[in-house]
Amino acid sequence: MASGSLTSLHVGESQEEGGALVTSVDAVVNWARRNSIWPLPLGLSCCAIEFMATAASRFDMARFGAEVARFSPKQADLMLVAGTLTYKMGEACRRLYDQMAEPKWVIAMGACASTGGMFRSYPVMQGIDHVIPVDYYIPGCPPRPEMVLNAIIHLQKTISEERSHKRLQLTSILGGGEKEE
Amino acid sequence: MSESTSAATGESPQSESPTESAAVQAIRARWGADVDLAEENRGQWRVELRRREPLNDIVDHLVEEPSLRFDFCVDVTALDHYGEEPRFRAVYVLRSMQLREDLVLKVPVPEEDCWAPSLTGRFRTADWLEREAYDMFGITFRGHPNMIRILMPDIFEDHPLRKDFPMEGRMTDQEWAEWIIARAQREEA
Repeated sequence: MASGSLTSLHVGESQEEGGALVTSVDAVVNWARRNSIWPLPLGLSCCAIEFMATAASRFDMARFGAEVARFSPKQADLMLVAGTLTYKMGEACRRLYDQMAEPKWVIAMGACASTGGMFRSYPVMQGIDHVIPVDYYIPGCPPRPEMVLNAIIHLQKTISEERSHKRLQLTSILGGGEKEE
Repeated sequence: MSESTSAATGESPQSESPTESAAVQAIRARWGADVDLAEENRGQWRVELRRREPLNDIVDHLVEEPSLRFDFCVDVTALDHYGEEPRFRAVYVLRSMQLREDLVLKVPVPEEDCWAPSLTGRFRTADWLEREAYDMFGITFRGHPNMIRILMPDIFEDHPLRKDFPMEGRMTDQEWAEWIIARAQREEA
């Protein structure tokens, strides 16, 4: 196809041969990322039950491409911390987060994961953001499945607005200083 | 059982204190001077001792005596009577499958000499229960093969079920986070 002879097509039109689609890398990469958010559910208490409802047929997380719950951090994009994080569990939580490949996102589901909730006591961490960076906090005790879906929809918007190749290395925030890749 | 006894003697059950169980009588027979109090509560007898030293001998007797056979250790725990002297009580709950009854044994544990006898030589179930009581109250169980914390992390310095322990703990979230991240990263390297 000779250069300079590109013609634009409307929806439904087709070209016999030599067609090209022009877009940006960000648009394609982010389109793929936001529609296949594979969650790693870290179910620590009753919020995990509500997460199961979110994943099951009635609320159906599959509508947003997020139905493939992975129980290996190596295959997951989204860490969904559902429940009360104790200090003793904190190490496991942080290690799972470290083992996830970039790009990765975190949702703190429920009052406990966000702030410690009603547990102002000696074994309970007052919010998971003391050990891992959080993208979205969901209030509620436990939150309705709709609120989890709402957070996922918000996260999809966030992903579409990101520069796909310049994602902030959030991991390093707690290890010392922000940096860009 | 007590009803049939009082019916046999023709006495009203309200007018007298309930007849002590066979286990309590067995303890009184040999360690009468050490028994501070024996009380019944809804069919379960509780024996409070004046000192902790004879506990292992008493338990040995309760287990081996053919008419008693207290062969199961239900629980080992503790109480904090903060402000009183002695401050703690170690509580041992034994069960006799043969008699179908429980027996609670309590021994005093002063704060400055904070130990209690271990039942691990008799009951393997006492192992973790005593570790929990140590973790929560700071009472060392003498004779325990592995007297370390069971619930709280190793860096935790307090004993949280003590009455003078602040509910929210003494370590800040920042201190915990540093410890958690250091551990997570050290073991990965």
